[in-house]
Amino acid sequence: MSAPSEVRRTEQTGPAGAAEPASRRRRVPPGVWFVLPFMLSYVAFVIWPLTRGLWMSFHDTSLVRSGSEFVGLDNYTRLFADPLVWSSLWTTLVFTIGSTIPLVLIALVMALLVHAGGRGQWFWRLAFFAPYLMPVATVALIWNWLFQNDVGLLNGLLGVLGMQPVGWTSDPSVALWSVVLLTVWWTVGFNFLLYLAALQAIPPDVLEAAATDGAGRWRTTRSIVLPLIAPTTGLVLVLQLLASLKLFDQAYILFSGDGGPEGSVTPVLQYVYDTGFVGYRLGYASAISYVFFLLILVIALAHAWLAGRRRSA
Amino acid sequence: MTTTLDPPGPATTSPPGPARRRIRRNPLVTATIYSALAALTVIWAAPLVWAVLTSLKHEGETTTVPPQLVPDSGFTVQAYVEVLSVGDLTRWFVNSTIVAVAVTALTLVLSAAAAYGFSRTEFRGRRTLFAITVAGVMVPSQILIVPLYEQMLAVGLADTYLGVILPQIVVPAMVFILKRFFDAIPHELEEAARIDGAGPLRIFLTIVLPLSRPILAAVAIFVFIQCWNNFLWPFIILSDPSLMTLPVGLVQVQSSFGVRYAQVMAGAVLAGLPLVVAFLFFQRQIVQGIATTGLGGR
Repeated sequence: MSAPSEVRRTEQTGPAGAAEPASRRRRVPPGVWFVLPFMLSYVAFVIWPLTRGLWMSFHDTSLVRSGSEFVGLDNYTRLFADPLVWSSLWTTLVFTIGSTIPLVLIALVMALLVHAGGRGQWFWRLAFFAPYLMPVATVALIWNWLFQNDVGLLNGLLGVLGMQPVGWTSDPSVALWSVVLLTVWWTVGFNFLLYLAALQAIPPDVLEAAATDGAGRWRTTRSIVLPLIAPTTGLVLVLQLLASLKLFDQAYILFSGDGGPEGSVTPVLQYVYDTGFVGYRLGYASAISYVFFLLILVIALAHAWLAGRRRSA
Repeated sequence: MTTTLDPPGPATTSPPGPARRRIRRNPLVTATIYSALAALTVIWAAPLVWAVLTSLKHEGETTTVPPQLVPDSGFTVQAYVEVLSVGDLTRWFVNSTIVAVAVTALTLVLSAAAAYGFSRTEFRGRRTLFAITVAGVMVPSQILIVPLYEQMLAVGLADTYLGVILPQIVVPAMVFILKRFFDAIPHELEEAARIDGAGPLRIFLTIVLPLSRPILAAVAIFVFIQCWNNFLWPFIILSDPSLMTLPVGLVQVQSSFGVRYAQVMAGAVLAGLPLVVAFLFFQRQIVQGIATTGLGGR
């Protein structure tokens, strides 16, 4: 990175280089103009709010009064003693694990079946992927209606089978799993498409070689197909973990923002929302946001590190 | 990665002939596969079918115990008439379209230009800036909500179209995906144009962009779907019902129509339809868009 001294001086006198005589100033390289619009928006809508949020988390910023006091780590110490923070983190974690497993497995089974069936792909794709194309409000309203206690379809079906009705949205021990059910139905199609794309990218001669060696369908799937799409599984898993951690929309709408029965479905982002936009405590809400961010970062970095190791191995 | 057959025959794209061994098809296995697919399809379609059936019932017959598939007094489109006349559904549909189109167009322009700058031009600090951009992939938009709201309030953009649109146009992941694609375009293609005296802007517009149509379409589709279904940010920044997008407005429907389930379901079905209908027409492009961007541009 050796640069002519005049350039270095220009940088010191600020971006405009006003102190330099025009003849001495270097033309702005054209590449900068391509990157500039994005970079400015990036600073305005990501980097600035990110730093501002961090600043807020050390202050008692509020929506309802101007000016704020520096409170140091108060927000963070209060956060660690706040049972609602812990319970919302726990809810988020249970949901993440409870939803990621079926969302990866069912997507894989769907993709293997569609790929093996071979016919009518467009139809299966439409059937499994259509829910993903619907706004979360549509999905939450439909499921709220399915989950109704007396008049809901789910309890109606259970009744036909001679089983007891379930309090899908009223029983604190069930409500979170109802959100898992809704989420699997709504978003499994995305993972299914990623898996299907991976299966279709397997070169046919690999499968033919297996057939020539007399491997049956099951054996081929287990020993050749699954190992070949392992990288996709890794990717789908991480994308799903990160998506599930961000649970908010469907839980909020399904329970009209009240956190479910006995608050059993209050994910951490909803607690941030309630603190900031209902309780007006922006500083405290920011502190919780940053603890949540740390959680996301750990998973994202772990994946990046593992992917890097796999590449160099 | 490819295993060659022994002996190496002609290209394997030929139709299956006696020379090509296929995986043996057991009719029983095939039947099992299709039954499993049929069962899954029934499960996945049931909620939608039930929503549509409910929306076509008379309001008095939605809450029968046990639930009925076909109501006694037949079907009616009354709920749709009510929802379309009373609610702002058409208005929200227009708002959603405006916001999603604007966000998609702006995201595409910003990301493609930046990706080109990072991929095909030279300037000091290029690598650093790109590293900073890639790091942005790890920042979940949800944690920016609180400071962004305060920021929009301060500059007077709360409750405006611009306030909804602007924070959604920065998608670092798309810059990353496009740059990877641009990197793979052979430099020889530019050389001829450069000898003719074309500058970077002309090369970008006449060579790189036309070659990148598939990936640009993929990015556009991905961004459009995300934006069309986005709930949290519009929900926070908008309080004027005439500016609301579909997902946000629909939540108001639930509170205003309360227990009139036929109407709630009619609203939900109408809001859910547009992209599903688009999927029927552009299935191939949408599937490719999701697969390409979802897999990081591979």
